[in-house]
Amino acid sequence: MTTIYLLGRTGDFAENKDLAREIRIKEIIPNLNKGEEVILDFSGINSATQSFIHALISDIIRKKGVKVLDKILFKNCNKKVQTIISIVVDYVQDSLLETN
Amino acid sequence: MHIEIPNSAFIGNIEGFLRNIFYDTNESLNITSNPKWMSLHPVVTCMISAIGLEFIDNQKKIFFEPVTAKSRNYLSAIGLFKILNVDPGFQIAEHEATGRYIPLTRIKNANQLKDFINEIVPLLHTTPEQADPIKYIISELVRNVLEHSRSKVGAVACAQYFKKTNRISIGVADRGIGIYSAMAKHHNVKSDLEAINLALKPGITGTTNKVGGTEYNAGAGLFFTKSIAYVSKDYFMLYSGDSLYKQLKPKVTPQLDLGVEVFTDRATKKEKLPKWQGTAVGIDISMDINQDFSVLLEFIRKAYTIRLKKTKGIKNKKPKFI
Repeated sequence: MTTIYLLGRTGDFAENKDLAREIRIKEIIPNLNKGEEVILDFSGINSATQSFIHALISDIIRKKGVKVLDKILFKNCNKKVQTIISIVVDYVQDSLLETN
Repeated sequence: MHIEIPNSAFIGNIEGFLRNIFYDTNESLNITSNPKWMSLHPVVTCMISAIGLEFIDNQKKIFFEPVTAKSRNYLSAIGLFKILNVDPGFQIAEHEATGRYIPLTRIKNANQLKDFINEIVPLLHTTPEQADPIKYIISELVRNVLEHSRSKVGAVACAQYFKKTNRISIGVADRGIGIYSAMAKHHNVKSDLEAINLALKPGITGTTNKVGGTEYNAGAGLFFTKSIAYVSKDYFMLYSGDSLYKQLKPKVTPQLDLGVEVFTDRATKKEKLPKWQGTAVGIDISMDINQDFSVLLEFIRKAYTIRLKKTKGIKNKKPKFI
């Protein structure tokens, strides 16, 4: 199990998509590929944009399927961050259904 | 080129200003203003600045006719003379930006955007909670410019707090390829207005023809932005090419607990206006709304789900929060 702490890199407003993509490619995906669970720790993050969360996780769900959500845990998310994560997770699944 | 700054230009009456931009020659930029008074939305000063920066970058001259209006200090406080590097022609009564303005700022990369966002709370004197939707909107709008517009001047952004109406108004403008060219790469659009309508739909992005976007772009930023204005019962405008989309205030207060059925667009859409090379977005956010940002986001979540034509009978897997 790997925990990725985001606050030190994003600040309390997580909006940098380039950073999100880098974390996805260099940290989340390699750990998932090893079969590990990944914990994304949002402690201290007050808010995030949908664009940030999209760049962080959408491609993983698209490529690995929705079951990957059993392997990605979202820790210490406040209500705002939870809502944005839920929006992204929802619409990625909807778009997968449309594609299939 | 000639710009006449009118006495009043807000989202509600922005068309008058748009018709006061005269694209007669590109040799120099002449700016004149109403001699008596001026009251302007930040998107107006952003647009003037974006044009001005283009002239500066191309080493062409800007002539700013001496401003006589009593409210001329406003132009100084918002940073118009500074960003255009012109002599205001009058003694500036120094204003501290704190509490009222985020001055006009040119943003060309992600680090400058981050710095700009970090200034919001101290400069506008908002609470961190009040700043949430403002930071959100500015991030999404400016990122759109940086990623899609190919604007040589980058994005120009500013914001102002209006004490009397207790609202914050935000403007972002660029001089890039515009929404039509950005959307036309992957979508069959025939006009600027059609491209704007498409760009405002959730899940549609100029980077792919697939609903839901790519790994990097979801096509949701503008939908979120206009939804935030809707919920706060305020205006949102988007101007690109010859077309203007203006979301009007809802007739009734959005009832967040009623779900999405109340989320029906009230908008005016106009074509054949003077062509704006690039995109300009203006938005007003009322500070009176009682709902916190998480409630507002929940409202948008419901609207988004419905608008993407959610497949019936299939339950989506939920993220695991620990």
